[in-house]
Amino acid sequence: MSAKSHLDALESESIHIFRETAAAFERPVMLYSIGKDSSVLLHLLRKAFYPARPPMPLLHVDTTWKFREMIAFRDQVAAAGDVEVLVHVNEEGVRQGISPLTHGSAVHTDVMKTAGLKQALDKYGFDAAIGGARRDEEKSRAKERVFSFRNAQHRWDPKHQRPELWRTYNTQIHKGESVRAFPLSNWTEMDVWHYIRRENIPVVPLYFAKPRPVVERDGALIMVDDERFTLREGESVQMRHVRFRTLGCYPLTGAVESHADTLDKIIEEMAASRSSERQGRVIDQDGSASMERKKQEGYF
Amino acid sequence: MAALEPTLAGAQAGTSLLRFITCGSVDDGKSTLLGRLLYDAGMVPDDQLAALARDSRKLHAEDPEALDFSLLTDGLDAERQQGITIDVAYRYFHSARRSFIVADCPGHEQYTRNMATGASNAELAVVLVDARKGLLPQTRRHTYICALMGIRQVVVAVNKMDLVDFREDIYAAITHEYRELAAQLGITSVHCLPVVAPGGDNVGRRSARLPWYQGPCLLELLEAADTEATQAREFRLPVQWVNRPDANFRGYAGTVSGGRIAVGGEVVVQPAMRRARIERIVTADGDLSEAEAGQAVTLTLDREVDVSRGDVIADAARPAPVADQFAAHVLWMGDEPLLPNRAYWLKIGTRTVNARITTIKHKVDVNTQAELAARRLDLNEVGYCNIDLDHAIAFERYVDDRTLGGFILIDRQTNATVGCGMLDFALRRAANVHWQHTDLDKDARSTSKGQRPRCLWFTGLSGAGKSTIANLVERRLHALGYHTYMLDGDNLRHGLNKDLGFTPEARVENVRRVAEVAHLMVDAGLIVLVCVISPYQSERRFARGLFGDDEFLEVFVDTTLEECERRDPKGLYRKARAGEILNFTGIDSPYEAPEAAELHLRTTGLRAEQLAEQVVEQLLGSLGLHTPH
Repeated sequence: MSAKSHLDALESESIHIFRETAAAFERPVMLYSIGKDSSVLLHLLRKAFYPARPPMPLLHVDTTWKFREMIAFRDQVAAAGDVEVLVHVNEEGVRQGISPLTHGSAVHTDVMKTAGLKQALDKYGFDAAIGGARRDEEKSRAKERVFSFRNAQHRWDPKHQRPELWRTYNTQIHKGESVRAFPLSNWTEMDVWHYIRRENIPVVPLYFAKPRPVVERDGALIMVDDERFTLREGESVQMRHVRFRTLGCYPLTGAVESHADTLDKIIEEMAASRSSERQGRVIDQDGSASMERKKQEGYF
Repeated sequence: MAALEPTLAGAQAGTSLLRFITCGSVDDGKSTLLGRLLYDAGMVPDDQLAALARDSRKLHAEDPEALDFSLLTDGLDAERQQGITIDVAYRYFHSARRSFIVADCPGHEQYTRNMATGASNAELAVVLVDARKGLLPQTRRHTYICALMGIRQVVVAVNKMDLVDFREDIYAAITHEYRELAAQLGITSVHCLPVVAPGGDNVGRRSARLPWYQGPCLLELLEAADTEATQAREFRLPVQWVNRPDANFRGYAGTVSGGRIAVGGEVVVQPAMRRARIERIVTADGDLSEAEAGQAVTLTLDREVDVSRGDVIADAARPAPVADQFAAHVLWMGDEPLLPNRAYWLKIGTRTVNARITTIKHKVDVNTQAELAARRLDLNEVGYCNIDLDHAIAFERYVDDRTLGGFILIDRQTNATVGCGMLDFALRRAANVHWQHTDLDKDARSTSKGQRPRCLWFTGLSGAGKSTIANLVERRLHALGYHTYMLDGDNLRHGLNKDLGFTPEARVENVRRVAEVAHLMVDAGLIVLVCVISPYQSERRFARGLFGDDEFLEVFVDTTLEECERRDPKGLYRKARAGEILNFTGIDSPYEAPEAAELHLRTTGLRAEQLAEQVVEQLLGSLGLHTPH
């Protein structure tokens, strides 16, 4: 019987997927969203191709509403110099002044994230985009393939997915088509944290609890990260001891009250937790099938 | 008995992982059982539980307090509306002892391909049986597919025991029948248990309502199951990617698919059989002294040998067998049928080659396992086939090693995954038929004729004018002193192809033979004019693949169906319209127009002589010559 652990098996499987992507596609890219899953992905990217430098750039689709600490963290990653970091902003959306505060989460996500991603993929001609989605995140993701085909319009067709057997991935596409590849498909949220601890992987400090200025809005704790945030009638900014389980655009990401300021404490807190990861995300609550619709339209 | 500690904590380092599938017929209660298992294992967080209660009330107004556990696992919009699971969904949970990945496999008859997909990575299957219905055709089908895909352990959950008053005799009859079925199919390990999925009886804990059952509950059975993967015992590593950061380092990256290897170990690079020793086993965490199955590593060798993606690095003392013809089980997953002799991509391990199914020896009725004669395989059918590859590969029998014994088939036009296969053994004749070397080659033969050989491939509807134009072209070339031959589809059907009809499978074989003959004639140095309807892109692409880059010129003789019918030189369209001829191209059989023919002849309004002149110009242009006037 092998002495290898569950995490070793997940790591090997992810590296295998990275290598298939690099070998089978002409112009692969790794989508980098700065969160914990992206940190794990970047770590695996470096491991998969060692001692060579990663044979693909990172792409961050910047909605212009990310937490400032996320952007600082991204810039540190770029400064390390071993991997190119491309940043794309949907300038058309910026000109229209699209904002999650005034247009709501649906429009903002559609324009700045989904449309922005498609623009960037077309601009650079990427034929494979690696993402950090996990099947345990959400019900429609549970049926996603490891290599997920997208037509030339970047659309996902859940009824005509390619059967995926063993680890023998079908990587054949026509010009203009692309795949999304998900090396973390079989990881759970808890696996991600155990692996971050085991491998000493840096993550954005927002995952660790400390006093932060927050506003209670629609049942969520929203952090006031810059001057664009405007208070509604009856709202007030309070300092609370909070952290984030998941990171996105700051006005759309709810914090949780916590005192977990180390990895050990985070893992301990999650072990006792009784709520799921994406609960803090305003985007998922538009309707129970909303993620599936977004994915069909090209959302990651 | 281990108490269940509800917790969302992940598996700790060192715990093992079991991959299993759940399968059963529609309404057997699979989604409910799986949902209940997740719930009992404490894997359903509070917010999801609240959503579940809300959705359950919406759907079951008559019983507002009951939780519908199937809602936890039914994912996609469409299937929620239809109330069935239409695609494999993967779930993750764990107990104190083990982590689990479960593929929830659909029960609907037409989705067999999804079950095979889920089974391909699983070590165990949970088969659900409705106590009221007993074994159904789908139960046998699913068990057969489990066996076919290499699953050796089955847990039979006889569900809905509450609806048969918890009767032990009913349970005993079902399990007795199932054990007989499993034995016939070669499944050696069968565990049975009675359950009530919504109530949780024998799911996460043993049930007081079934006192006559003294065995373990489902979760306990899953914790105790064997997790050993089916993989080669000897060292094997299919090369994924060649790592060359600079001139000093050349490494071969891949995942060890079987056995183990140490630094200094002697290996052979297959299929070319070049020997070398392992110099280093490189990982980002430092070099290893040895590597074993499941590890993703990068190997360097002690000498320069040619290694590329798709090769297998294997133990030199016990290498994998190498062959290019096999007998294999094929499960067809394409909407279009599998046609013998059509070319597909075949991917096995990290290697992709061209493959043709040369013979369907029989198909297997998945409900009865009876062997039936077949000329094609339709969606969800299983056949036992001979397969011919254009390159030899290193392989293992599927029963010994899933990685080097399992393959997928990819449609060369749509790129869809249209089938999967499990290698059984190499055909002897592959090893015994050798390519006889000849001293004279194509260059020598064509030089003596003072020309360069070409294949002009005329495709188009019946009556489009292919033979008329080709005949004029040949006369003109002959007059210019070229050595030619014309292969006419109709004429060949009097001899070489007289055993073939006009079904899709016969058309594929017809075109294959014509293409092979044309290939021989080009090898002899001739300019060959082929006139066959050749209605399928796939076969024309196969034909093109036999020739060098400039040797093949596709000529699309484009005459509209209306015009062909109006001309009807052989009276065939009239007969086809009258129903006297079946499978007639353009009438009840498709014609796939070429997308990138070298020459597109739009015949309307032009005489055959003018069209022939266009062909001659194109041909001479390809030879670097001008048309003599």
